[in-house]
Amino acid sequence: MPKELWKGNEAIAEAAVRAGLEAYFGYPITPQTEVLEYLSRRMPELGRAFVQAESELGAVNMVYGAACTGVRVMSSSSSPGVSLMMEGLSYIAGTEVPAVLVNVMRGGPGLGNIAPAQSDYNQAVHGGGHGDYPRIVLAPASVQEAIDLTVLSFDLAEKYRMITMLILDGAIGQMMEPAEMPEMKPVHRQDFDWATNGTMGKRERRLLTSIYLNPLDEEQTNLRLLNRWKEVQANEVRYKEYFIDDAEIVIVGFGTAGRVALSAVRTAREQGIKVGLLRPITVSPFPTERLSQLTGQARAFLVTEMNMGQMLDDVQLAVRGRVPVEFYGRPGGVVPFPDEILNEIKRIASSPTADHTDARDAWLTRMTERV
Amino acid sequence: MQKEIIIAGFGGQGVLFGGQVLAYAAMDTGKDVTWIPSYGPEMRGGTANCTVVIADHEIGSPLVKNPPLAIALNLPSFDKYESQLAAGGTLIVNQSMVDRSAQRNDIHVIMVPCNEIAEEIGDKKLMNMVAMGALLSALPEVSLKDVEKALEGHLPARHKHLLPKNYEALKRGFEHAQKEWDKAPA
Repeated sequence: MPKELWKGNEAIAEAAVRAGLEAYFGYPITPQTEVLEYLSRRMPELGRAFVQAESELGAVNMVYGAACTGVRVMSSSSSPGVSLMMEGLSYIAGTEVPAVLVNVMRGGPGLGNIAPAQSDYNQAVHGGGHGDYPRIVLAPASVQEAIDLTVLSFDLAEKYRMITMLILDGAIGQMMEPAEMPEMKPVHRQDFDWATNGTMGKRERRLLTSIYLNPLDEEQTNLRLLNRWKEVQANEVRYKEYFIDDAEIVIVGFGTAGRVALSAVRTAREQGIKVGLLRPITVSPFPTERLSQLTGQARAFLVTEMNMGQMLDDVQLAVRGRVPVEFYGRPGGVVPFPDEILNEIKRIASSPTADHTDARDAWLTRMTERV
Repeated sequence: MQKEIIIAGFGGQGVLFGGQVLAYAAMDTGKDVTWIPSYGPEMRGGTANCTVVIADHEIGSPLVKNPPLAIALNLPSFDKYESQLAAGGTLIVNQSMVDRSAQRNDIHVIMVPCNEIAEEIGDKKLMNMVAMGALLSALPEVSLKDVEKALEGHLPARHKHLLPKNYEALKRGFEHAQKEWDKAPA
């Protein structure tokens, strides 16, 4: 397929269609609305299901129902809307059915604003709905990656019977880049042995539920989820490295913060600073092992995010205090410019002794002085 | 190679489309490119801008603080981007919509009466293409021919009859800017 100029949100929608999306349920919210708008035209054209629900609560529960039948189903929203979906997400997780949810994140908390942000990292990766459940979270940094990861998200969700979330910030949703779409695949409905898609009078009834009144049964369910998660951790970690080979300072950033850091790394390299970038593509499972390895060569890590330091905790867990970890973030919907990250790189490169101050505290002090 | 361009003006002046045409031209000639709009609760008559980054490597930041190239189609954009432009950069200004000259002397400011030129061609909506043509005089990485091909390749079929006038607008803008460059002291 030739490359075309695609807007991130529309690219995700078309990629989902080509991956065999059979049902979409959603509710409009900026900066995600183009996903829903695009599908409102495209899905009926193909005879597939599109419903603009009465609310995000309605949408996520429609997703739940469709997921139980084993069809490829998706919803998309932006931060406040995704918060509303958390109850449904927990039920989907507890029922062990596959579903894809896209969060085009914006500034928060609360109503916040509609500018690009990464402040739902913890909600997606660590929290969200109630109960003990793992979930796969993919973080594209370009339109092409958004397409590729949308397709992958359906495969992963089905393979592990697990929620797969795509988290991207508004910038990637709104920007256009040349990208190649995959071939249109005919809808191939898999014959899952768990799907409640009608017995046709030929097989035993199946039951899908998230109710386990006997705690011992629920405990078994939790352990089953954890064992499945171990497989995900072993097989599905993805990341991309830039200039890492001889890097003494390693930046860790995902999505837009990662690509802004790439610009800073290039300039720093031109100035002779040995700095590299690791950009997690799966933020859950997290590239913990690779970061742990890099403590052998790096003398410092710098985590860059568009939030107050959420992935920072995961990097610190991987580094386990062996090397100083520093932080630079712009929360609230502010996108950092490369020179801000370059300044941080230069500061770390020129400091002779390791700084063991708490990374977030040190960053907050620098931010306060600046403002 | 990497070049960043900001195109700014009122909503309705064709700011976003102008940037897309440039992005198509860059893509069709095998370059990496990003196009990102300022998005928000914006409307016709409000301000709009987009940033286009063209490079021959994987593009990092899609946003730029101090661009080397910018187009200001109205006065508020002229005020904003004259101060933000990188030293040595080039600012294309729609002379038809501003009532002052440049204040900085460490940048090149190319004044182009985009509205008047567009009206001479016979469609005032072509003023964005006049400005795009002028921009190309400072962007050797993308040729006039590349942009013409991009318009031809990506304009919806129902607009194809507008191509000749778009080409003319591009050319007139380019030629006007060339004359301005020739006038400028070396």
